[in-house]
Amino acid sequence: MDVRRESEATPTKNRTEVERRSERELVVTRTVNAPARLVFEAWTKAELFRRWWVPKSYGLTLLSCEMDVRVGGQYRLVFRHEDSTMEFFGTYLEVTPHSRLVWTNEEGDGQTVTTVTFHETAGKTLLVVHDLYPSKEAIDSGSTGALPEALDQLDELLASLGSSTETK
Amino acid sequence: MVQYSQARFDASFGALSDATRRGVLEQLGRADASITVLAETFHMTLTGMKKHVGVLEQAGLVSTEKVGRVRTCKLGLRGLEEEAAWIERYRQLWAARFDELDIVVEELKRKEKANGRKKRK
Repeated sequence: MDVRRESEATPTKNRTEVERRSERELVVTRTVNAPARLVFEAWTKAELFRRWWVPKSYGLTLLSCEMDVRVGGQYRLVFRHEDSTMEFFGTYLEVTPHSRLVWTNEEGDGQTVTTVTFHETAGKTLLVVHDLYPSKEAIDSGSTGALPEALDQLDELLASLGSSTETK
Repeated sequence: MVQYSQARFDASFGALSDATRRGVLEQLGRADASITVLAETFHMTLTGMKKHVGVLEQAGLVSTEKVGRVRTCKLGLRGLEEEAAWIERYRQLWAARFDELDIVVEELKRKEKANGRKKRK
């Protein structure tokens, strides 16, 4: 009975860490409470991958997800956000079952290379997601996207809100 | 990453389209406050205020922390230095992704167990 109770307990979420390792590199780490072969499966089968890659809270719809997971194979993700669609695509450079995946991102200027390693210890898997951007500018502008201009507008809006509420 | 930033930006505008939410931001600009205090200040139900705070939180404009039974709200990441804020947004994206990944992987674990049992029979 005890065993049963344990297996039904809500697992606590493991911590996600992000480190900007250099001007061109971002590294994300997270432990998943499962063997590497299952975690790897969730990263390499399109029908599983599409269930978690776009968090529900982000208001994006994944319209299609095609993944040909083998060296030289392509992937293509199509999203809808409000009235527009966006495509993300690239090529798998390395596919080592249960331990390593490397792919390119080719939709932007220059190539970003993502390397994911799966390191299993005692039935748990440490995931390390390493992004190598083509340049410092790509990490800054690519990562914040349309933001600089948009943030200025938001700042203006916030500033005007502050002053308008003060006059009340 | 572009698409997520754009989504976040749209969320910010959505969050700011409401007078109460703008008031909440202004209030939090002066001092952190619990949901209860905010609800009282704006003459709203707790549930109503929780919804507004949820929208602001989603947009990254407010962050909340629950200590004991009290949820304290404060101005969000936009108060941080730009890079730190961006890294934190990126971390939140991945944290949200991994939480969903956990669900998928748990399901795979259960399936594997069930199949294992069948095979042994």
